[in-house]
Amino acid sequence: MNYNWNWGIFFEASPEGTGTYADMLLSGLTWTIVTALCSWVIAFLLGSLVGVMRTLPNRAANAVGTTYVELFRNIPLLVQMFLWYFVLPEVLPEQWGSWLKQLPNAPFYTAVVCLGFFTASRVAEQVRAGIQSLPRGQKMAGTALGLTVGQTYRHVLLPNAYRIILPPLTSEFLNNLKNTSVALTIGLLELTARARAMQEFSFQVFEAFTAATILYVIINVVVIFISSWIERRVAIPGSR
Amino acid sequence: MLANFDFSVITSSLPYLFFEGMRFTLTLTALAALGGIALGTLIAMMRLSGLPVIPLVAKTYVNLFRSLPLVLVIFWFYFLVPYLGQWVTGADRPMTVGAFTSSLVTFTLFEAAYFSEIMRAGIQSIPKGQAAAAQALGMTYWTSMRTVILPQVFRNMTPILLTQTIVLFQDTSLVYVLSITDFLGAASKVAQRDGRLVEMYLFAAVVYFAVCFVASMAVRQLQKKIAIIR
Repeated sequence: MNYNWNWGIFFEASPEGTGTYADMLLSGLTWTIVTALCSWVIAFLLGSLVGVMRTLPNRAANAVGTTYVELFRNIPLLVQMFLWYFVLPEVLPEQWGSWLKQLPNAPFYTAVVCLGFFTASRVAEQVRAGIQSLPRGQKMAGTALGLTVGQTYRHVLLPNAYRIILPPLTSEFLNNLKNTSVALTIGLLELTARARAMQEFSFQVFEAFTAATILYVIINVVVIFISSWIERRVAIPGSR
Repeated sequence: MLANFDFSVITSSLPYLFFEGMRFTLTLTALAALGGIALGTLIAMMRLSGLPVIPLVAKTYVNLFRSLPLVLVIFWFYFLVPYLGQWVTGADRPMTVGAFTSSLVTFTLFEAAYFSEIMRAGIQSIPKGQAAAAQALGMTYWTSMRTVILPQVFRNMTPILLTQTIVLFQDTSLVYVLSITDFLGAASKVAQRDGRLVEMYLFAAVVYFAVCFVASMAVRQLQKKIAIIR
């Protein structure tokens, strides 16, 4: 391979004048993590709500839940990103639309909302699967004890379901984290975008992408480590 | 607002959207799915083989690709494939590689990691006694895989492999980052040329939704059929 390797490039100043190329990648990493965490809050809350709705003994709630999941699962994330960023401000009433367009950090807020709604459909499927995997007797026991439906979910079903679906939820979290890179198309300066910018400024393609690759692998390892720690912490003594 | 929604921009660009864009998307999806399943099966077999080192290589491959965002992998291969081509053919300068070849290599190698996990689960779900019985009958590893194990795996795993292919179909829209004219790329080019973002992106969303929804319903039907036979 006749490629000029230059690993010292990370310590050279980037043309943006805000520090070295390494600083540039690290600021991208920060945006990736912040976007992933903020969108996860929406995904987790909304996904749990939709997932619970699909298990309720109520036709309307089931229909709403199913429609939500089918809608958000069957449109590519990139198209959803464009819908939130380019289309939504146009179809809203004029004042709201121009308020949205003038929002500082618009790519960030758009990415958070878009990823949150997108990942919620996946979280919902996991929550539903978790609740449905519980023995029927648990719900009945809740009712027999005089708990309302809400209380049964709050004190009996959900605490068990979340423990069961912790591993698949971890991979959804990681998917969400990787999906933040799609937001570079609407101008979010996350890690992949910064690696790409570094490649354009310095022509050191493979150094830039190698660094980004290593950073992504590190976040993955850290997340898996934290998740298995949580799993041990919340395990019910005596079960399994 | 939607009051000045212009359908004519969609109808006039239909041939371009489907014959250029959708054709690229579907060809890429089909070829990458076939290549990815073939390579993924090999990786799954490597991972389950009792040989030294090879399972570790396969595991590293799968875990590495699964921890990277597809967008980054697309960029990686866009720049790497010309050098790889030079290395393979022994030419003295990096090869010029078309957008299609570059994205086909990317998606095949990337999806192989995901397909291999499906195939691995499938192979592991076949009772061990079958492999032992094949061996007792004097079959080699390859014969038993080809005639006993893999046919059952493919049959059991077809719905999941197809679901993953639908995901792949959606993921191909990410070649947008290389300004390639896939279906979304075509829609976006028309949108920007005519200043009709609302119409084109909504139309793209409707088409993707229709294709994926119908396909996933079909997969569900297939799953029911297979479930009865087993």
